[in-house]
Amino acid sequence: MPFIVRRLVFYLVAAWVALTINFFIPRAIPGNAVQNVMAKFPNLQPSAYKALEALLGVGHPGSLWSQYVSYLDEIFHFNFGTDVSQYPASVSSLLVQTLPWTITLVGTATVIAFLIGTALGIVAGWRHGGSLDRVLPGLMFLQAIPSFFFALILVELLAIKTQVFPTGQGYSDGLIPGWHWDFISSAVYHSVLPALTIVLTSIAGWMLQMRNVMITTVGEDYVIAAQAKGLPNRRVIYTYAARNALLPQLQGFGLAVGFVVSGAIVMEIVFGYPGIGLLLLNAVTSNDYPLMQAIFLVITFAVLLANLVVDMIIVVADPRARRREATS
Amino acid sequence: MTAVLPISAEPAAIPREEARPGRWRRMPTKAKVGAILLGLFVLAGIIGPFVAPYDPSFQNPSPSLSLHPPYGAHLLGTTQSGQDVLSQLLVGIRLTLELAFIVGLVATVLAVIVGVTAAFLGGVWDEVLSLLTNVVLVIPALPLLIVLLGYFQTTGQTATILVLSLLSWPWGARVVRAQTLAIRNRDFIAAARETGEKTWRIIAWEIVPNEVSLIAASFVNTVLYAIGASVALAFIGVTNLNDWSLGTMLYWAESQQALQLGAWWWFIPPGLAVALIGTGLVLLNTGIDELGNPRLRDAASASRIAGRWLPPANPTPVLGDVSQHRGRVASFLHSFSRSSLIDETKGGDAR
Amino acid sequence: MTADPGQAPVSVTTPSAAGQNPVLDIRDLSVVYRTPGGDVRAVDKVNLSLAPGEVVGLAGESGSGKSTLVYGATRLLRAPALVTSGSVTYAGRRVTKPVDLLQLRPDELQRLRWREIAIVFQSAMNALNPVLNVRDQLLDVIHAHLRMPRDEARERAGSLLDLVGIPRSRLRSYPHELSGGMRQRVMIAMALATDPEVVIMDEPTTALDVVVQRDILAQIVELKEQLGFSIVFITHDLSLLLELADRIAIMYAGQLLETGTAAEIHREPSHPYTKGLLNSFPSLRGPRRDLAGIPGSPPDLRDPPPGCPFLPRCAYGTSACEEVDMHLLQVATSKDPEHVTACPFVLPDTPAPPPRGDRQETAGQKIAGEPT
Repeated sequence: MPFIVRRLVFYLVAAWVALTINFFIPRAIPGNAVQNVMAKFPNLQPSAYKALEALLGVGHPGSLWSQYVSYLDEIFHFNFGTDVSQYPASVSSLLVQTLPWTITLVGTATVIAFLIGTALGIVAGWRHGGSLDRVLPGLMFLQAIPSFFFALILVELLAIKTQVFPTGQGYSDGLIPGWHWDFISSAVYHSVLPALTIVLTSIAGWMLQMRNVMITTVGEDYVIAAQAKGLPNRRVIYTYAARNALLPQLQGFGLAVGFVVSGAIVMEIVFGYPGIGLLLLNAVTSNDYPLMQAIFLVITFAVLLANLVVDMIIVVADPRARRREATS
Repeated sequence: MTAVLPISAEPAAIPREEARPGRWRRMPTKAKVGAILLGLFVLAGIIGPFVAPYDPSFQNPSPSLSLHPPYGAHLLGTTQSGQDVLSQLLVGIRLTLELAFIVGLVATVLAVIVGVTAAFLGGVWDEVLSLLTNVVLVIPALPLLIVLLGYFQTTGQTATILVLSLLSWPWGARVVRAQTLAIRNRDFIAAARETGEKTWRIIAWEIVPNEVSLIAASFVNTVLYAIGASVALAFIGVTNLNDWSLGTMLYWAESQQALQLGAWWWFIPPGLAVALIGTGLVLLNTGIDELGNPRLRDAASASRIAGRWLPPANPTPVLGDVSQHRGRVASFLHSFSRSSLIDETKGGDAR
Repeated sequence: MTADPGQAPVSVTTPSAAGQNPVLDIRDLSVVYRTPGGDVRAVDKVNLSLAPGEVVGLAGESGSGKSTLVYGATRLLRAPALVTSGSVTYAGRRVTKPVDLLQLRPDELQRLRWREIAIVFQSAMNALNPVLNVRDQLLDVIHAHLRMPRDEARERAGSLLDLVGIPRSRLRSYPHELSGGMRQRVMIAMALATDPEVVIMDEPTTALDVVVQRDILAQIVELKEQLGFSIVFITHDLSLLLELADRIAIMYAGQLLETGTAAEIHREPSHPYTKGLLNSFPSLRGPRRDLAGIPGSPPDLRDPPPGCPFLPRCAYGTSACEEVDMHLLQVATSKDPEHVTACPFVLPDTPAPPPRGDRQETAGQKIAGEPT
């Protein structure tokens, strides 16, 4: 079975596991806790109330299996239910509003960080032991800082003390979202600090990892052979060393997608950025379980999708992957 | 939490765990700094609560002591409700470290069990365990943790420890499995099997001892991850807010607008503490990595020849040519140094 | 020192019988690995010369320094390797005057590499770039050294594969898609891509099975006749060299022990180590005899003992061997005037000694009868 198909099957299995976990979590809480949850929302319409009950598995509206099936059915129709804290908005509509913000910001910033970090790592690995290595302990420190903390520092320095950038939010008050310049420029302006946070806190990780892989790759026989062949240095570094070192690096990227997203969620809270992270926080503070669970699912699916994309890139980059059985 | 990845992207070359003396001395400086840094915080964690000047939860009603900058009676200032930041920090370090180490321990034990079993049993079991590992690995942990803790709200630290352990073992399991697969096929294992040694004994006495540095690195990584995750969770507010961990401090600082009010002494110490602990762990891990991966180690020690650094991919240096690159004044000065003696006597021997 | 005073040591590097100067002349080369624990003397003042069109075999066990010698000579060793003495003079037809590889600047070295001196590596799977196909790797080499338009280069790549007997359809294959024998042929094709004068072959057939080995060796000989390059053939398998090489050099613990024509080495091995090696494998024809290996293992190169490194394993050794200075001495009884050995005591016709324990150790006593 071709590599990509195997990976696709794997992601479908993982998605199914996530869905199932999602289904069982609310049913796993003890009985009196359910009452507590229900008691938090006294003002709902009966239909929303029923939906909440269905979510929590209260009232035994049918066998467990039939509940499961109808749950899966709803998910496939992208029906995540009615929101409880921002009633009567539907969960789906809330997700649609916030998801693009997160994807644009996190996606762009992560790609930038990956590219720059990898490039630096290539140089650091090739010139192992040289001047670039002196920056390493500093970079390790940078990587160890929690991203939201770094965000706080950046806000303190660049927004409060020096007023260069705004302290938060996605765009200036009073603007109406839409495809016009005022809005877009404001959005970009407000996204600089969050993007900077993501880039600066994650670049060290990419660089360190690429450097280590490069060091190992540079010692491989085919790189030495390439030098024996008198090939120009650039060719040796990029096509013989870096292209091979890139493969484990890409795999690492795939594994890290989950982390990147998690970090971004927390960081959005600091900036009040109107993405899915902030939505999650609001959901948590107002005990909006339908929303919380829906966000979990959406994030999971996004991560799985990103992993699949990375796998496809790997297949293009590595001729061996096209033939080989997937050793996931 | 920033991207936390094991520093080595591939499993280390099989480490030779011979009885070489001075393993401490052989670790690079980076790692020793990391170990010392970590040691300081562990010490603070142990004695902290006993040394803390105040009860961290004690709220001093006096308005003049609300959000007070550092001074004699409160070395790190006070919070909005008059609590002593230093005491909170000391208690917080212990709590955070405790949680992280327990998670590290449980997750690493799980990882070793799963990894070794999968590699050793092979076949269907390997496929099943690998599938399990990869599924848990790919599902993003933080959102799941938030949902779980959002439901189980009152149970405090135990819940956090439990769910963190259950979600962080796959990293180590993958690496352990890869390494065990490599070792499993080596001769000394086959020899042990031939002599009829029981499987569990082989695992315990032959395989695991050969993977010690790998397991150590995995443990350190898990601790690192656990700190980041628990701090992030506390910051969001899903963990028990009555426990004074570093993350909780940050939560309260953020929710009371410490940043906007300029109370840097409230949110910088806990954040800095987390960053420093993290740095210590990462540095320590570099040392363990280099112990286990000969190429990284050799490259590190070998990059200086005759006192000069050369790019490793340059043509093999020739002795006369290396020294020649010094200018005349430099050579003159260099002749006074000890390394010039080494240049001249080593290599050209009396024969 | 008990070498006969009347005999001056003879350097190996006199012009060959054809009267031409050597195309590659390694003199006095020493390579060390500088480790924190001390210098490891991987190669110790070794001479080796290669005449145009000649096949020189370099034989020795693992760790003898044979690979280190050639990689050090071409400056391909990585840190912590260091060349501490000697010269490597290349005098091919294309260079205007002979150059010392050790003194070249990196860019000059880059131009000379492969174009003049090519290497066929031991493990083709590891020496080929996994992400490039065969054609791209061949083109890399062609474009690096030869100026030719792209279609001409492509045609040349194709004809190189023809040369080694691989179908042209394989140009688009990746290394992992080829069999072991095919990969090795690709390596050979790549080595010949720029028509070098010298081809160094580092155990090219060790990783292959016997049948494929024969094929490849036959191919190599044929190509050599056709294109006229010289070969340095490195192997631990002396029997191979007896058939393949014109001259053979035997290395042990980083030093040269014996050099001579293949015929003479076969007929009249002089050094005890060579004798031991020849006794280590059976010949297809001839009477049956006991197979004796050479017990023991090579010395630690970090702290070599004085005198001959082979002493601990040598059946003929005496305490006098500790003072041997390893100069190469002519073997007078040989038909080859350049047959030399490092052992001043043992000759081709020296009888095998009794097993250890029976022998008396007398300082300064030569076992052979008359001075060489």
